[in-house]
Amino acid sequence: MTNELMNDAELHAYVDGQLDKSRVRVVEAYLAVHPEAAERVAEYQQLNTALRKLYEPVLTQPLPARFRGGGMKKTTRLAWAASVALSVFVGSLAGWQMHGGMLAKSPAGPAPVALVQQAAFAHAVYTPEVRHAVEVSGADEAHLVTWLSKRMNGKLRAPHLQKAGFELVGGRLLPADGRMAAQFMYQNASGVRLTLYVRRDATNETTAFRYVQQDKLSMFYWIDGSFGYALSGEIEKDTLSQLATLVHEQLERG
Amino acid sequence: MEDFAEQLREHIPRLRRYARALTGKAVRADDLVQDCLERALSRSDQWRPGSDLRAWLFTIMHNLHVNTIRRDRNGPQFTQLADDDNHVATYSVDGQLQLRDLERAMQGLAEEQRTVLLLVAVEELSYEQVSAVLDIPVGTVMSRLHRARERLRGLMAGKKGPKLRVIS
Repeated sequence: MTNELMNDAELHAYVDGQLDKSRVRVVEAYLAVHPEAAERVAEYQQLNTALRKLYEPVLTQPLPARFRGGGMKKTTRLAWAASVALSVFVGSLAGWQMHGGMLAKSPAGPAPVALVQQAAFAHAVYTPEVRHAVEVSGADEAHLVTWLSKRMNGKLRAPHLQKAGFELVGGRLLPADGRMAAQFMYQNASGVRLTLYVRRDATNETTAFRYVQQDKLSMFYWIDGSFGYALSGEIEKDTLSQLATLVHEQLERG
Repeated sequence: MEDFAEQLREHIPRLRRYARALTGKAVRADDLVQDCLERALSRSDQWRPGSDLRAWLFTIMHNLHVNTIRRDRNGPQFTQLADDDNHVATYSVDGQLQLRDLERAMQGLAEEQRTVLLLVAVEELSYEQVSAVLDIPVGTVMSRLHRARERLRGLMAGKKGPKLRVIS
């Protein structure tokens, strides 16, 4: 115990439970007669306990969405969205399960494709966000709707989905091919998030609900006059269908 | 591959804890964890089955973190305003002041000291493992550990009121 540096190293090893067994007794005997060193060791030990306590809550927090399910796959959600965007861009819808084949027949041509692609992308980008999921909170619904309506130059509504267990988280404005689009986000008690993507549509037609799906993400989309809508979420088709109906009814009334 | 992803998944909570402690910011920490997982997956062939996966993941995370710091230093600086999510813990009323002080003191430590202290005290890695993760000699681990602890003692002792005490 003459070497001061050795001494420190052994005290730290003692605190961290990494000291050679044969040395533990020696250190303890040393501490018994060196109160200053004993106090220092006690403080190191308290520091260890305090640090563990400080950072412990992260261990038990529920994992953010990006680390659940799809987030762990090699293609993350974002990479996946980018690949969808690309495949749609080159005109291939490989991987997408098209129902009704209406997309191909639609006289509107690429418009719904862009709608699907942009809505899927916006969903993938913003739903994993914990703190910056929306620009304007759902608590400020009146302001949110007024603002988005003004920017999109048309009357928007944020449908209410509480009946189905989904609260409005809020919304944001997005660019879409030189026009404006809006995204409303909803969340239920188990943290599942839905987005309703709304964009100006030039075709002015009206379509039925159409359904697309890839991996876990399901989407219903439709065009109603000058707006195109897409409701997306990682939920069952039937549930999403009911939600889409709920949304559609409220927009009709609006 | 699926097995490997499954094994990685088990480590996510502890990687998040370490990243949070390292960066002091929730969002940034999770970005770091995600980068780390992606890199681990893309280099899964470099991991020797049977060796310590957690230490390997910490090594990857450490290197990513160092690169980020280097990039931040050279690039434009962005500061997140009104970030009220810096604090990790939900504190007990009595423990509140001390743990908040401790967290601030941790962020005030030199990066190299904080890293060593976290790996030893919170992650409970052996000195040899820390040496391997950070790619520094064990002697350097010990001297950084010593400086970190002494500095925190000094900072905490400088506060008014009672000494650091954990209230459980």
